[in-house]
This record gives sequence, C-alpha cells and structure tokens, in this order.
Amino acid sequence: MSKTQMTGAKMVVQALKDQGVEVIFGYPGGAVLPIYDEIFQQNQIRHVLVRHEQGAVHAAEGYARSTGKPGVALVTSGPGATNAVTGLTDALMDSIPIVVLTGQVPTFMIGNDAFQEADTVGITRPCTKHNWLVKETDELSNTIHQAFHVATKGRPGPVLVDIPKDVQFASGKYTAPKAARVSHYQPPVKGDIETITALVEAMETAKRPLFYTGGGVINSGPAASTLLRELVEATGFPITSTLMGLGAYPANGEKWLGMLGMHGLYEANLAMHDCDLMINIGARFDDRITGRVQDFSPGSVKAHVDIDPSSINKVIRVELPIIGDVGHVLEDMLRIWKSRGRKTNGEAVKKWWAQIEKWRKVDCLAFKQEGNVIKPQYALSRLEALTKDHPSRYICTEVGQHQMWAAQYLGFNEPNRWMTSGGLGTMGYGFPASVGVQMAHPDALVINVAGEASWLMNMQEMGTAVQYRLPVKQFILNNERLGMVRQWQELLHGERYSESWSSALPDFVKLAEAFGAKGILCSDPADLDDAIMEMLNHDGPVIFDCLVTKHENCYPMIPSGEPHNKMLLGEVSTKDAIGAKGAVMV
Amino acid sequence: MSPLKIKKGASSHSAYDLRDPHAEAIERHTLAVVVDNEAGVLARVIGLFSGRGYNIESLTVAETDHTGHVSRITIVTSGTPSVIEQIKAQLGRIVPVHEVHDLTVEGPSVERELGLFKVAGTGDKRVEALRLADIFRVNVVDSTLESFVFEITGTPEKIDAFAELMRPLGLQEVARTGVAALSRGDGAH
Repeated sequence: MSKTQMTGAKMVVQALKDQGVEVIFGYPGGAVLPIYDEIFQQNQIRHVLVRHEQGAVHAAEGYARSTGKPGVALVTSGPGATNAVTGLTDALMDSIPIVVLTGQVPTFMIGNDAFQEADTVGITRPCTKHNWLVKETDELSNTIHQAFHVATKGRPGPVLVDIPKDVQFASGKYTAPKAARVSHYQPPVKGDIETITALVEAMETAKRPLFYTGGGVINSGPAASTLLRELVEATGFPITSTLMGLGAYPANGEKWLGMLGMHGLYEANLAMHDCDLMINIGARFDDRITGRVQDFSPGSVKAHVDIDPSSINKVIRVELPIIGDVGHVLEDMLRIWKSRGRKTNGEAVKKWWAQIEKWRKVDCLAFKQEGNVIKPQYALSRLEALTKDHPSRYICTEVGQHQMWAAQYLGFNEPNRWMTSGGLGTMGYGFPASVGVQMAHPDALVINVAGEASWLMNMQEMGTAVQYRLPVKQFILNNERLGMVRQWQELLHGERYSESWSSALPDFVKLAEAFGAKGILCSDPADLDDAIMEMLNHDGPVIFDCLVTKHENCYPMIPSGEPHNKMLLGEVSTKDAIGAKGAVMV
Repeated sequence: MSPLKIKKGASSHSAYDLRDPHAEAIERHTLAVVVDNEAGVLARVIGLFSGRGYNIESLTVAETDHTGHVSRITIVTSGTPSVIEQIKAQLGRIVPVHEVHDLTVEGPSVERELGLFKVAGTGDKRVEALRLADIFRVNVVDSTLESFVFEITGTPEKIDAFAELMRPLGLQEVARTGVAALSRGDGAH
C-alpha cells in the first residue's frame, strides 16, 4: 500500500521515518506546531531540542559529516528560517547533505507580511542546493523524498522544504519513497575511461607525482578512502590533502605529507609547487590552496576528479578533467593501472621522495614550549598524545588559529572523524556540530577544539549538551584574542589591533557550573596532562578553559597573493610579508 | 572591463577574482536553457548570474511544452571563454535545469527579436518614418494622426539599426522582447 490518506504533519514524520531518519535537530514555533504534535506522539525519531536554530543546522551538519547520512533540522517560519541561513550556507560551501524543514505561514496568508512570515525559499535560494515551497498536501511526501534524493546525490548539499501550516493540517495522499516520482536529477558517477586511461599513463611516467585530495573523497563514502589508500600504497606516490579531506588517507601512513594550503605543511606546499603530475581527487582548487593562481604549480600536468562539472577549470585549467564520483573513478584508475602492469617511474619517484625528505627536515611545525605559559601548539600536541589511541575519537573545531593548529597537530587516520567549517569559515560551528556528532555516536569521544571567541558565538548549546547528557568536550584555547584577526592585523595593519580583543570574558568554569556541567581551568604547562585526563575521564560535558600564549602566530603561512614557495615559517621576520596586492585578499 | 568590473591587469584582485586578468577577448554567446516550469526557476537562473557577477544582455522565457511543463529560457550573455564555460556549468548544476545549449558554438542558429516602436511626428518626419518602416518591412500596429506604433522582427542588430533611424524622427518609446533562438536544420536542441 503505497498511498495512504493522512495529514501533512503526519506525512512529514512518516516520510522522515521512511527515509531512515533517526535523529532530528530542531526548535518549535507557531508554524510547525502540527509537526511537533506528531513528533510528540511517536518514539521512533528522536528530536533534539537545540537552543538556537543555527545550532540545529550545524548539529545536523555534524551528524551528517560523522555518519555519511543526511542530517535533518526542523525549524519554524520567519526568524526560525532566517537563523538557519548561516548553517545552510556552511553546508553548501562544504558540500554537506542536510535536509532542513521550515514551517511557513498558511498559504492564504503568504505575501501579506503575516506574523513570523519571511520569504524563506527566496532567502535560501542562493544558499541551498535546491529548495521547495509545498502548496499542496498531496505533494508534500513526494517533495520530502525528492529533497533527500537531491541532498545526497551528485555533489551533496543542503536542501530546504518550506511547509505552510495549512498544508500541515490538511489531509492528503502519502507516497512512500519507492513510489515517489523519480527526479530527472541523476548526476553521472562514472568517469570518462579514456581520460582515466590517459591519467594512468601519466602516472606511469611521472617523475614527481603527487596526490592532492579533498572533501570529495570523504563525501564519496568509506569505500573511496579504502581505494585511495590502496592506490597510494601501490604506487608509492606522496599524498597531501585539503582541510576538508583529512582522514581519507591516514595521518600515520608513510606517504602522508600533511595538510597543504595557506597554513599547510612546508613539504606539502613545496611538493605542490614542484610536482610534475598533480592528481586532484575531490578537491576544488580553493583560494586557500592555490595562493597566487598565476604561479600555482607552474610545471605540472594536472588531473582533476570531481563530481561537479562546474568545479573543473573554474580556477585552474587542467589537462585531464574527469567528471565522476571519486569512488567510481578511483576504482577504474586502480583497475586500469593494475591491468597495464602496475608501472611507475620508480627511480625518479625515489629521487622525488629524497627531495621531499629534505623539505621535511625543515620540521615546519617545530615549536618550543618554554616558560610557564601554555603554547597552543603544545596544548594540541598533548591532546593528540593523550587521545590518539582512543578507538573512536571525533574532532570538531570552530574557526581561526585553533582550527589550523588542530589540522596541523592532530592526526586523522579515518574518514568522517573531522568536522570543521572549511569553505564558509563559520565561527560558532564547532560546538553545535559536536552535539550532532555525539548524538550519532553516543559512546565516542567527541572533542570540540575551540577558540574562546568562536565558542561564545553558540555557547547557548551548553543547554542542549546538558539536557541530553552529551559528554562533549569543549577544549578552548583561550588567548583572549580573535587570534587569526590579530595575526593579520600584526602582519598587515601595523599591529593596530582593532577590536580583536575578547574583553569581559566569562569565567568558563563558573559558566560550565551554571549550566550544570564541569569546568576545568588550566594555565600551567606542568598541569596540562593531568587536566586533559580529568576532562577525558569525566562522564559528561566539559568546558576546558586552556589559557594559552596571547600573541602566538600560526605558521607556516603562505601570505595572501604569494605562491607556495614563498611560505613564511615561524620565528622569522614577517614584517611586510604581505604586499599591497595581498592586502586586499582575505 | 571584466564582468566583475575590474580593469584588466589591475593589481587589486582579491582572492575571489578567479579569472585570469589577462584573459582572452570578451565573447557574446546565446544560451538555450531548458527547464522545468516550476515556481522560482527563473529566479534561480537570474540569481546565479547576479550572484556570480555574470552579464545578462537579454533574457526571454516562456513555457514551450504545456503538457510537460517545460520552459525554454534564451539568454544572451558575454564574457571570456572561461567565464562562458563556467556559466554553462553553473546553469547545469541547477536542479530543475534539463539541458543547456550554447547556440553560438553548437552550429548555425537563427536569432530573432521583436520590437515595438512609438514614433510621433507630423509632416515630413512622419512620412519619412513610414517610408523607412516600409524598407525594414515593419508593420504598423497602431496609428493616430500624429503617431505610429511599429512592430519589427529581426536580429537585435536590425532592431538597433531601426532604432537609430527613428530617433531623429520622433521616437518616443521602445519595447523589446529580447532574443529567441533556435539551431538551424533538423534536430532539436
């Protein structure tokens, strides 16, 4: 029986169940009351009450990124929908599959400036992959099934379904997923075999090959990571990754060069600059990666595997464009490479590795922990040392210096273990994301590496963490500064630290206690290990206030407008590092 | 000037100006975009152009298949070859878009536009306007003793030329539809 009569509100819950949804993050309001009434009368889907709609969307993102399944958020009309916009944009930039359901004023009041009315589909059109306003109850279930299809197929992304209140009350025909109309939206997943063969040929002769991988590998699913590992081990080529792709190849793998990009590792960036064959798998030549486009990896032949045709040749012209799903393309690459006799240019690649080892010796992440103030790099090194063996460790971050340090000093050996706002750079992302991750993995160790300023942006979610007994660890590197802003002001704006201070900070230990959670303050390097262990051993949410060096800069750094081989390393003169040209860039 | 209104070769490119500042010449392309005629589809297309800083020289849209609810949007745009490629790829990403055709590169095509011109005057000017209208094979669709409304169909260039001629003869108002275009010969796109 594929078609049954029911109310729109009931349909919403039924459609979510039929799509396999187990958890939704939301906040009630007038325009979604009928749906909340249905949620009340069932036990299959768990609803997590966030404290702000932005938190709901980031939590859904965290859920999605840590499970590979679409995350779902439910919010009301007007302010509920507008509060969701940042999360939607974040998910669009990072290609995260989420489905956001919004209430809307009844159809007969749309356009009347009704109470809590906003043009939700209009506002969210540019920040969703697709969105729908449902005007007929008969269309509702079909639209929700379509929404899941669009969110997860091709390059994943956020979708939104806007549901007027009268549509929720009215009765209509429910269509089950299998009976739902199939969308014409079916992006191809198989890459062009001729181009893949050409790439394999190039791999056989390349002297200085390099894999440059990104979030597309993670999005393609765990099988893609497995194939990538097999290919890297079999060819012996070095591999680097964007911020979004960390974990696809293990950080403890021997071919791993570390993250590349603006704050990437010296060896990774120089390898990008000097390689003769760049194999981009599921990354998009973001401006944080390329630096000055004209000088980007000048001597290389470039291959680009991406499921989104618009990513190809958008920023960097490539010789070997392959449009397809990373997993499928990797499978074909491996198969063809093996069938042609597993050839590589062994001698040359050995020399290439010798060069890379020289760069590695620069030891660009070296730092000295001295004195009685904790260096942020030291804090993260200790966190890494004390948690890396945990069987299921998930790391979220906010945005800023701490995020880059986390990417540099923490190692990710599995995909879907690293949740960070890459494209949009959303301060306030990490805490709600950690809530979403912990909901998906109740027994896992979930740590949000944060800066104090970012963390305050969505600190209201402490209420959520405490209510649902989510033992998320908020590891705050507190320098009482907007560290990255301050760093740029130091390098670019004559050390005039305009508004980059965190004044009037709360006492984080008392704040934790006020929410009914545990707070830990640590300011002495000698106490750090014990304090981290105390955090790890506490069964419940913890705010860890780690007081760190106030004016520490994040290095290595490619100054804006410079190519990869003009990196700044720590402890060197950085005066006038960024010229007038670079100053206009972000 | 590039579509982002940044002078070629200017030094003040931000990280988001992703085009080669020394890129090739600006080209004019006519794109045919076949879409589901659903609510907001035109807004998606227009929003894409404004959001990413592309040009629209003209845009026409109407439902062309009433049973299948399919519309055809004809867009005349301009940009460097790489921008044109990016425009097509971005249009292709929009979920209700079925097909994107670049009529400028996919073989010969015909382009037509319709213009309405109100020309007011008396005496010699009025006679001259009517004489020129006749040369251009223009229809008179409204007339008073002191004015005409002309209907002209043709390429945008022909309509431009007619407008230039009417200007000194009492041109008061112009309405143009924008370009509709089809490929020549057998076969649909």
